[in-house]
Amino acid sequence: MVPPSASNQAEQPAIISLEGVTKRFPGVIANDSVNLEIRPGEVHVLLGENGAGKSTLIGMLSGLQQPDAGRILIDGKPTPILSPRHALSLGIGTVFQHAMLVPGLTVAENLLLGEPWWRLPKKEALREKVTALADSLGVRIDLDAVASQLSLGEQQFVEILRALLRDSRVLILDESTSMLTPSGVEELGALMRRLVERGLAIVFITHKLREAAAFGDRISVLKLGRKVSEISPERFRSVGEDELIGEIVEAMFGKQHDDPDAANRNPNIFPVETPAILSVDNLTLAPSATTPGLAGISFELRPGELLGIAGIDGNGQKQLAEVLAGQEKAQSGRILLENQPIEMLSVGERRDLGLRYLTDDRLGEGTVGTFAVSVNFLLKQIDHPPFWKKGIEQSGLIERHAVRLMSEYDVRAPGSQTPVGRLSGGNIQKVLLARELAGGAKVVIFNKPTYGLDLANTLAIRQRILDIAAEGKGVLLISTDLEELLGICDRIAVMDAGKLTGIVDNSPTARTDVGRLMIGLAA
Amino acid sequence: MSSETGSATQGQMPLKKPGSAIAHRLVLTIGPILIALILGGLILLALGVDPIKYYGYVIQRGLLSPTGIQQTLTRMAPLLFLAAGLIVAFRAGVWNLGADGQFLLAAVIAAASAPYLADFMPSWLAVIIAFVLSTAIAVIWSLVPALLRAYQGVNEIITTLMMTFLGVSLANVLVKLVFLDPSTTVPQTRTLPVADRLPRLFDTTISSGLIFGLIAIVAVHLMMTRTAFGLKLRIVGANTRAAVHSGLSVPHLTVAVFALSAGLCGMAGAIDILGVQGNVRADWNPAYGLTVIPMVFLARFNGFASIAFVLLLSVLSIGGESAARRLGVPTVFTLLLVAIVLIVLAIAEYIDHRHNQAAKA
Repeated sequence: MVPPSASNQAEQPAIISLEGVTKRFPGVIANDSVNLEIRPGEVHVLLGENGAGKSTLIGMLSGLQQPDAGRILIDGKPTPILSPRHALSLGIGTVFQHAMLVPGLTVAENLLLGEPWWRLPKKEALREKVTALADSLGVRIDLDAVASQLSLGEQQFVEILRALLRDSRVLILDESTSMLTPSGVEELGALMRRLVERGLAIVFITHKLREAAAFGDRISVLKLGRKVSEISPERFRSVGEDELIGEIVEAMFGKQHDDPDAANRNPNIFPVETPAILSVDNLTLAPSATTPGLAGISFELRPGELLGIAGIDGNGQKQLAEVLAGQEKAQSGRILLENQPIEMLSVGERRDLGLRYLTDDRLGEGTVGTFAVSVNFLLKQIDHPPFWKKGIEQSGLIERHAVRLMSEYDVRAPGSQTPVGRLSGGNIQKVLLARELAGGAKVVIFNKPTYGLDLANTLAIRQRILDIAAEGKGVLLISTDLEELLGICDRIAVMDAGKLTGIVDNSPTARTDVGRLMIGLAA
Repeated sequence: MSSETGSATQGQMPLKKPGSAIAHRLVLTIGPILIALILGGLILLALGVDPIKYYGYVIQRGLLSPTGIQQTLTRMAPLLFLAAGLIVAFRAGVWNLGADGQFLLAAVIAAASAPYLADFMPSWLAVIIAFVLSTAIAVIWSLVPALLRAYQGVNEIITTLMMTFLGVSLANVLVKLVFLDPSTTVPQTRTLPVADRLPRLFDTTISSGLIFGLIAIVAVHLMMTRTAFGLKLRIVGANTRAAVHSGLSVPHLTVAVFALSAGLCGMAGAIDILGVQGNVRADWNPAYGLTVIPMVFLARFNGFASIAFVLLLSVLSIGGESAARRLGVPTVFTLLLVAIVLIVLAIAEYIDHRHNQAAKA
């Protein structure tokens, strides 16, 4: 391990430098010429929403993926990181989001894993090393405890310990706080501080602004694969926390000069007396181990209105969509579609009444990947005439229906019998659009409809959403892309921890208002 | 519209012609069988048996001789019902490995009820009632794994396997303690007289069960591929979350699949007793269910292909039994052949997959 050094004010040379690192996946640029320096004695926060490219960046640093362009320098020398093992030997240790301990083994056994197989495990030497290390960090750890009985915070500490025992100089913590209790988060913050004081470099990945501001020395903000801002330690020290957060919000949600979709829509203002097409009153759902549930959600949607739901991913948006669609039963609350209560109806009955849901999980639940496009068009209308007569499939009609929808929605596929899973993301989304908009849609819920699509498809889908609203249908647009919401919505509601924290008109001040609501400040 | 012509022309030039795709599939299926027969032959050589002679006997006794072919076709009846039951389950993503328990319990109920009922009603009615009764028993036997899977998410591979052990034992208990025929010293149920059994086809010894089996498997195939109900089952099997998203009641459909599958396996037991065996002897367990599973996989859950594979299995087992007596090769050699076919098939599938990946890259 690097000899402990008092937290240096002078900038030390970087251990790792990324120069113009670019990584592409089919249809997506995950990282677009990212420059980044990781220095000893610093907590470098990588901040960004889901899909901003944080995980890809970590993947490249830990040797799981290779950059398509640009280079990685270690101690000033260009060094490709070939494999996770290689990354470890270079002194880069990664603690992934989900604990990677063997649950049935003790802490000591977990720490001894990965040694060459012919060597006898040196338990006593380990015990000495761990005790020394844990004492110096002010943490206690029982080496004989079984991993599965440790709290998540303790498990994480064991993983950090494992990285330190392998003489890591750089410690990457990937969303480490997401599974921790508030006090666990505080402890982790204090631990990181002590580690960087020993001269370690820490890369801390999070999408939580407060943690970034509280624990970081340097913050890099990633947005859609690009690094859009870096806040240096000097800046960090010179401004207060609120100002800092304001700056980060501006970087995360602010307008980019070269944003392709910056055109704002002139929002429609609907008079209060317009009868609502969908009204939701006090909808509640208990939180589960992994989801925040819903707490008293109420809103109204008018015909022709485009209501956006903003918020960081995983704050109950999906639960709201599923409760509205009927996939999940709310514990209490009312849902009125054209003044008819529908909360007791099934998915199919709600669909027949005109409530449609476009899921964000296109292949996971939206389609059956191995089935033909033509069947996926009718996935929610099985056994409906005229496509099935007395339960018997009318393949000619199904085929004609598919061919018509494919041309109407410009679905590019070799044929209607092609398995839908072979199509590109944009074309699968068009299949879903065609299916949900067919015959008598009144209210359409879109969940992240342009997520992961290329620009052409994104623009086409947005236009389609605007057209639907223009036809007088109610549209609920759930999105984590604030630009998208500001670009096309009439009003924007913000969800945080299962609550609607506010609804604002899409006025010129909406950007700041929504940004503040998203991080838990009043608009 | 330009996009319409675009998709239409694309539709006319798929990657492979359907004809060549079928040929490809045939090569991938028959090739491994031939390779397995050669490997089996090498094993026979090592045992000191002339493989040509062995295979010759198998084909002669299982397929070409008049009695052989009649036995083979009769044997197919229960196997076809079992294949039908397994296709329903496997296509719906339910791994029912409890076919043997369901088969045997139904067989015992058929053997116990048919002779009893035939005492005071016309034999055709007794056979029908026994058939329905034993099917119902098999369905009831599948309720435990069905409900556990549908409402508690308990893995049905484990529950059905455990239930099959219980079912086989219970069937034995029933034969030895409850339905024992007092008029013989052999522990077995009463015997349904040959005259009361299912009619034979024309002037042969082939049981008409064969016809029912063929009807069952074709009906199942059409149900799974052509009806709304079958499509729902296939969606549940292919992507449960998509089924929930589409508003299908996954628990109800799961229970229905278990009922259909177990019912068909039960019919297999009933048809074997009512058509051929006439009674159930204690400790009788032909374990047809486990033998049919590989055939259904080889047929890729296709009903028509399953008929061909069931025929192959029947020829191998009838011919194998006969060849075993003549040449001293154990009857389990048939199972060995099936196992080799499966292994070779898996390897062929793997190579084909690698080849496709390479072609795409």
